[in-house]
Amino acid sequence: MAAASTRYILICSGKGGVGKTTLTANLGIALAKQGARTAVLDADFGLRNLDLLLGLENRIVYTAQEVLSESCRLEQALVKHKQEPNLALLPAGNPRMLEWLQPDDMQKIAAMLGEHFDYVLIDAPAGIEGGFKNAMAAAREAIVVTTPEVSAVRDADRVIGLLNSEGVKPIQLVLNRVRPKMMANQEMLAVTDVTDILALPLLGLVLEDEQVIVSTNRGEPLTLNGNGSPAARAYTNVARRLQGEEVPLIDPSKERQGLRATIGRLMQTKLF
Amino acid sequence: MTLRDVINKLLGRQPASANTAKERLQLVLAHDRSDLNPELLQQMRREILEVVSRYVEIDLEEGDVTLETEDRVTALVANLPIRRAKLPPPAPEATPALEANASS
Repeated sequence: MAAASTRYILICSGKGGVGKTTLTANLGIALAKQGARTAVLDADFGLRNLDLLLGLENRIVYTAQEVLSESCRLEQALVKHKQEPNLALLPAGNPRMLEWLQPDDMQKIAAMLGEHFDYVLIDAPAGIEGGFKNAMAAAREAIVVTTPEVSAVRDADRVIGLLNSEGVKPIQLVLNRVRPKMMANQEMLAVTDVTDILALPLLGLVLEDEQVIVSTNRGEPLTLNGNGSPAARAYTNVARRLQGEEVPLIDPSKERQGLRATIGRLMQTKLF
Repeated sequence: MTLRDVINKLLGRQPASANTAKERLQLVLAHDRSDLNPELLQQMRREILEVVSRYVEIDLEEGDVTLETEDRVTALVANLPIRRAKLPPPAPEATPALEANASS
């Protein structure tokens, strides 16, 4: 029996490369640090990367494939994070699984994880085809990740349409890779533009941060080592909001200080 | 329009791109969400104008039939300025045809 309180959250975007896997890894660590038993499930069987971002790629013995075929127990396939033992990864299986995997299989895996964890985070593949639909079947709620770019927002809209038609809710938005300077110059879609267009509540706002690349190089999510960088703070806040805590969102225009920023704000004043 | 837009206009510079992005997105999403391709929309627009112009004289230059979208609801918005009502009433056979279309 799955615990009734377990939250099954799909992390998806439609477009690739907007930060789904990075969010899954960081959110997983942040939730674990806050004391929640958290499982991250790599549902991107074709191009798996969650193991790499978590630094667990060398510790995989079994995967979701062996769990499904019952050639190992769930506990044997789960890779526990050494520094954050509240977090475990269920690695994606062989890409050939895509040929036979069904939505039922994903539901089965999610239900098994639900017996042991408070949160099951499902890292969806890009696209809206079979792989995504399998991943969606295992989720009750969703986080849509997008960046303030036309292609990412358009693809996010398609995904939201599918989530709505499957009755997945609530659906919340994480706006990733925000560049305050470009927004101030009105050369990037404003936060309200994106939330208005997609009509979703904003769960988090993550500034563009070079430290993200450094952390993926090392296989150590930013949330693992304190909140030193802007992106780390943003991911930690996403986790706190998921847990029901009221944490105010940052205002990108306040992130810049000094005369240039003041002039930038003045230039945005609506005249008519 | 913001102060930046005014300055850009005075200097003959291109307007900031965020607004362009927003407008393009709203248009493309209205089409995506309704699953109407531009060709079909064009055909519908022609037929709507045809029906309306049987009853009133409309300004075809100013007239506009578009998809608009707000809060994930897409609406077909027709803005058809009327020059004047047509004096001779529409041919009797036009009315049943219109009803048949509406109920199908």
